[in-house]
Amino acid sequence: MINIILLGFLAVVAIAVAMMRDLFAIVMLFGIYSLLTAGIFVSLDAVDVAFTEAAVGAGISTILILSTLALTSREEKQPTHSFLLPLLVVLVTGATLVYGTLDMPAFSDPEAPVHQHVAPHYLNQAEQETGVPNIVTAVLASYRSYDTMGEVTVIFTAGIAVLLLLSAFRHHEDEASNLNDLSHHPVLRYIARLMIPFILLFALYVQFHGDYGPGGGFQAGVIFAAGFILYGLVVGIDKTRQMFSESKLHWLMASGLLLYIGVGIVSLLLGGEFLNYNVFAADPLKGQHWGIFLVELGVGITVTATMISVFLAFSEVRRSE
Amino acid sequence: MWDILVSYCSDALLITGSFLSLTFAIGLLRFPDFYTRMHAAGVSDTLCAGLIVLGLVLQAGISLVTLKLLFILLFLWFTSPTASFALARAAHRAGYRVSEQEEVASSNS
Amino acid sequence: MSTFIDLYNYWIFIFLMMVGFYIVISQGNLVKKIIGLNIFQTAVFLLYISMGKVKGGTAPIIMAGDVSYSNPLPHVLILTAIVVGVATTALAMALIIRIRKAYGTIEEQDIHEQDASL
Repeated sequence: MINIILLGFLAVVAIAVAMMRDLFAIVMLFGIYSLLTAGIFVSLDAVDVAFTEAAVGAGISTILILSTLALTSREEKQPTHSFLLPLLVVLVTGATLVYGTLDMPAFSDPEAPVHQHVAPHYLNQAEQETGVPNIVTAVLASYRSYDTMGEVTVIFTAGIAVLLLLSAFRHHEDEASNLNDLSHHPVLRYIARLMIPFILLFALYVQFHGDYGPGGGFQAGVIFAAGFILYGLVVGIDKTRQMFSESKLHWLMASGLLLYIGVGIVSLLLGGEFLNYNVFAADPLKGQHWGIFLVELGVGITVTATMISVFLAFSEVRRSE
Repeated sequence: MWDILVSYCSDALLITGSFLSLTFAIGLLRFPDFYTRMHAAGVSDTLCAGLIVLGLVLQAGISLVTLKLLFILLFLWFTSPTASFALARAAHRAGYRVSEQEEVASSNS
Repeated sequence: MSTFIDLYNYWIFIFLMMVGFYIVISQGNLVKKIIGLNIFQTAVFLLYISMGKVKGGTAPIIMAGDVSYSNPLPHVLILTAIVVGVATTALAMALIIRIRKAYGTIEEQDIHEQDASL
């Protein structure tokens, strides 16, 4: 029931996004859309995903798009060409997809084919094989760790690409930056300073408690980065930059990924397969524990460093043409 | 006996919270200008969230969940007034003023 | 009627996906196109997660007792996809800033006109 209502809200917000012309309002609506999505994820039992979506969608990506708007323009021009053809294309595609769903198993049917393949193995064996009660963490960091390594590499590469694209427009050190600067705002500053230690502490909790509860490197990384982005917004970009110099961030970005790959190589050298953690200790469970811990740490470091350096790169772009 | 009492209290808190948040949502839509709308949104943030979280605390009993809920409440009470304040201040700086009607009414009295 | 209840979720996701698709192909503003793409992406995420849901199941964190859990595999896939999604969105935004610096506009129409007049 609550699901149906939330989904209805989502549809309404999506239509509003499509209809509106004021980009600033659209970005705000998109933040609401992400938050609603996070709510739906919770009601569909995906707590880890909801976590990530709330931190990423309602926090980081909203800030990134807002920074882009500050650097470009806020109003959208009326499109000149007709909207009939796109509408027709969309309707035909949609009708085809709806026709396709008629063959799909009913929603939340326990007998659906998706639940028959590897999922029962994960659910029944994961705790004995990896010693991690949170199956999502076990699958992410142990069973499918190749996959996760690829994802971390993608994040790292995207971060590098953003830095390369924007580095040509960085303003000089002496130029005063007033973009996103709320340092004249005493109340906000005070409250933010009060909250930031708790946000960082919570990120650490999410990072290191990810084996037992919802959490892990990806979530912790985005929460940690969100804490520092808040710091950057209220205290000023320059002060944040003093804390994280460019070279330090680049080093961190790479070292997280290298830690991940290093864990794989060490497991090779110890005679196991790439990223097989069982060989790290005499007791396979202990080995798994160490492997998952290190890999999640690598993920956390890379995600945090990438998000912070992307945010700083956006904030340091010169506004003048 | 005690259990039933607690569960009734929690129900009452949850229903009051939900009802108030519905009225504030209507207020948000119906009030004439930015600041009165802000008022509706800001009050619902703290009061309704407070009532609902307290209702949930009563349902959870004494456990780790209760502690987490109380933390959520604490953080909400810190952050949502700050957010309302920042929003109102930004609006004021951007040149929004109290609506015409309001001013006329106050000058007549 | 039972078909409706069974497939309602999927239809909403298709609707969201199509709204995102419509924004991408009909709007000229690059930032709005990216937001449309993000809506499309979120619809895919929701589709995956809702396929993982099991009736009466709970979050896949092993607890004592006989409990049924939802399928953890879609959660893993989507969890990483969300973070990759924000990284690629950041990349798209950086490209938009570059386009704005080069062309002075982020409207597709104006960019095409400038390209044609070269």
